[in-house]
Amino acid sequence: MRYLPLTDGDRREMLAAIGVGSVDDLFVDVPQEAWRDGPVELPEHLGEMEVERAFSAMAARNLSAADVPSFLGAGAYGHHVPAAVDHLIQRGEFLTSYTPYQPEVSQGTLAYLFEFQTQVALITGMEVANASLYDGATACAEAVTMAARITKRKKVVLSGGLHPHYREVTETMTRFLGIEITAAGPDWRGGEDLASGVDDGTACVVVQNPGFFGHLTDFTPLAEACHAAGALLVVVVTEVVSLGAVRPPGGMGADIVAVEGQSLGNALNFGGPTVGVLAARQKHLRQMPGRLVGETTDVDGRRGFVLTLSTREQHIRREKATSNICTNAGLCALAFTIHLTLLGEVGFARLAALNHAGAVRLADRLAGIDGIDVVNDTFFNEFTVRLPKPALAVVDALADRKILGGVPVARLIPGRAELEHLLLVAVTEANTEAHIDALAEALREVL
Amino acid sequence: MADVDATLTGNRGLALEEAVIFEQDSPGLSGVDLPAPEPGPGNDRLGGLGRSGAIGLPGLSEPQVVRHYLRLSRMNYGIDSGLYPLGSCTMKYNPRLNERLARLPGLGGLHPLQPISTVQGALELMDACAHWLKVLTGMPGITMAPAAGAHGEVVGLMTIRAALEARGDARKRVLVPESAHGTNPASAHACGYAVETIAANVRGRVDVGALKAKLDADVAAIMLTNPNTCGLFENDIIEIADAVHGAGAFFYCDGANFNAIVGRVRPGDLGIDCMHLNLHKTFSTPHGGGGPGSGPVVLSAPLVPYAPLPMVERRGDGFALVEHAGDSSAHPLGRVKGFHGQFGMMVRALAYMMSLGSDGLKQVAEDAVLNANYLLARLKDTLSVPFEGPCMHEVLFDDSFLKDTGVTTLDFAKAMIDEGFHPMTMYFPLVVHGALLMEPTETESKATLDQFIRTVKGLAKRARAGDARHFKEAPRLTPRRRLDETAAARNPVLVWRPPPSRAAE
Repeated sequence: MRYLPLTDGDRREMLAAIGVGSVDDLFVDVPQEAWRDGPVELPEHLGEMEVERAFSAMAARNLSAADVPSFLGAGAYGHHVPAAVDHLIQRGEFLTSYTPYQPEVSQGTLAYLFEFQTQVALITGMEVANASLYDGATACAEAVTMAARITKRKKVVLSGGLHPHYREVTETMTRFLGIEITAAGPDWRGGEDLASGVDDGTACVVVQNPGFFGHLTDFTPLAEACHAAGALLVVVVTEVVSLGAVRPPGGMGADIVAVEGQSLGNALNFGGPTVGVLAARQKHLRQMPGRLVGETTDVDGRRGFVLTLSTREQHIRREKATSNICTNAGLCALAFTIHLTLLGEVGFARLAALNHAGAVRLADRLAGIDGIDVVNDTFFNEFTVRLPKPALAVVDALADRKILGGVPVARLIPGRAELEHLLLVAVTEANTEAHIDALAEALREVL
Repeated sequence: MADVDATLTGNRGLALEEAVIFEQDSPGLSGVDLPAPEPGPGNDRLGGLGRSGAIGLPGLSEPQVVRHYLRLSRMNYGIDSGLYPLGSCTMKYNPRLNERLARLPGLGGLHPLQPISTVQGALELMDACAHWLKVLTGMPGITMAPAAGAHGEVVGLMTIRAALEARGDARKRVLVPESAHGTNPASAHACGYAVETIAANVRGRVDVGALKAKLDADVAAIMLTNPNTCGLFENDIIEIADAVHGAGAFFYCDGANFNAIVGRVRPGDLGIDCMHLNLHKTFSTPHGGGGPGSGPVVLSAPLVPYAPLPMVERRGDGFALVEHAGDSSAHPLGRVKGFHGQFGMMVRALAYMMSLGSDGLKQVAEDAVLNANYLLARLKDTLSVPFEGPCMHEVLFDDSFLKDTGVTTLDFAKAMIDEGFHPMTMYFPLVVHGALLMEPTETESKATLDQFIRTVKGLAKRARAGDARHFKEAPRLTPRRRLDETAAARNPVLVWRPPPSRAAE
């Protein structure tokens, strides 16, 4: 067995050194009731080639968004990831290291996390960022509990433009914490009024920009309304590339920003793993969850990096910690930061502009098809269209033509007649003119 | 540092210094070639919300970027570098086949919201991974949704709480042994429970008498790690399970240490109701410098109806994905993570399980336990052993062997770094003084263990010979020596700022 270096001779020698006759003697503390005669009822070991064949067969039963025209978004975006990213994250020293508790042998991880935190703070317009969380949805839930700790209040207002998964995760993860959540109805037209729901018991209002339906909003007035009531504004960003073109949450008065970073450096992976991250104002630093990397010096006076402010964390504070999180998304954060470093100031802005320009072209194109209404006045790289037929059936018909035409809103928010005909359509730099032609043509056929 | 080592560059041969990216900025450079977008400014749909002003990201070319991260990588120790005996972390070899498979376009390139008819292979894979984990644990149900071990803990506890509340049973407390991982009490708190600590007995196990004394109608669950964090199997576990169930509570097991028993002992046979599995420990998915992990939770029959969304179900010849409570006949908890869980980690874990098979996984547990007991046998006369063996997959020592030497557990660990080993887990579990917890895993050869043993013995001899200075000054041979963590916490610098001279430009 290729992953096991002990030989039978080694095992015999080691048992003799221990002073027992067989390996069974090392399991004597296991109650007799739980001993088994043989292995569990599963297949025996396989060679690498056989395993690869089995996985190739499963992969072949999927239609990969990477292989066909795809306009899927709704919180996960198919961007081009430069070759260097995947090469570098597979360096064994990055791939096979643990959380950097021993800083003298972890300066690589700590340095890139410090750079990651800086990049996130810059693009969100915030003062500090943590070293990542599981994903955008759990980051949103963490932002809500963080706001409740800061304000010592329990009421939370969720926008109807918040991704439904983010709403559901936040509801589940706060269900037993006494937090009262008011979730606004789906705001598919944009322009909902949240400020009137804020009072002196509100911990935070959670909005998303661009919203789930693609609308862009200036949340400055809402931030002012929140602050006037002593509440915080949490801004969620599910498409991080938008920050290359759109005014960042920090510029609108956000107190906490919860980001899904998948778009930079990370494959779609059927939705996971991805990388969540929180950014915040410096004054709220000590209520942040998750790892933080800080700069310091070593005994020789040289600059170095360490995990810091650990007294917020579970391994020190146990039940008094700001969160139970331990493992986060280190390698996905590495992919994010390498991709953003490759892009740089110029490349990040250009990537965002390309995404937006593609979406504008597609919106104009779809608006010219009979029966299709483009709902949005504003958007970044994703917008909502209203179709003359239920979107779920349209998407299935497009899939039969090997086109992944968008995400039906009803897939995420079922059972609402007014949403049945709505389709979310996303464009990235990976979409060619031929893709746009193919979608427009196929839509004409199936509508 | 001695002057003889000084160089003009700060580099020392293959040990290369590296500045942060913000100090390598050539404004205007980019490592990605992208076409100029059309339409140009003035024809956008940003509604006046376009970004104005520079962000402050540095510009680097591709070769500069590759060199930067390669140099950083060389400042890290990984499992690929050498023995990484971090107790309770299961730093085993991460097979490269798994990485290749996770990157197949038909798996890694899948969007989570494709029509279900286009992802039948992915759902089959999730179902197969779930099946292997259920059989290995002997449990009837599983949720694949949790993103990591701690996430699995809180999700498991919420499932328990939902099941209790469904029967009108509002219990308030969770019992956690003092040797537990810090995530256990933190997860109980995140589920709205009060935490109560149970003492250990002199054998390093849960004090069953103390446990029974605390069990009452207000206890929702006990969270027990088995094998526990002292590396010992809780041999009274069935008696504990009976007592917990007798009090109407649920038995949560922290599965962080499942590697000791995988393929040999099924937690379902021990009376466990709920257990998370760290795919990044027992099932070889990479730790990645702190994630991503994956923490599926196996469930006993009474908990299955309350598992979170989503769930893969077999329907006829194919697979369905239950994404909404309304589509389920049960009472699902709700969603705990975006999309469908850490699919990419499920790919790797299933590849690992299929590679080893039922026979190989059993051998994994046996070799992991053999390797740890070999360390115990060879080091017990040099180091000090708080609890009698045999141990399971990890072995615990305390610091009494360092008494009066002036050397602490931390100093000893730092000296191990200079010898080319990653240190063991230190000062955990909290039940012994100055703990050193070593988990070699099954993927280390006898030759590596023998070298490690010789090194530990040599260092212990040196400490007892009075050479405390050697340890106080360690490590000497690393990219950075001991770092000032107090200063880092007192004046947190968490983002790079331009030096004042540049900022003034």
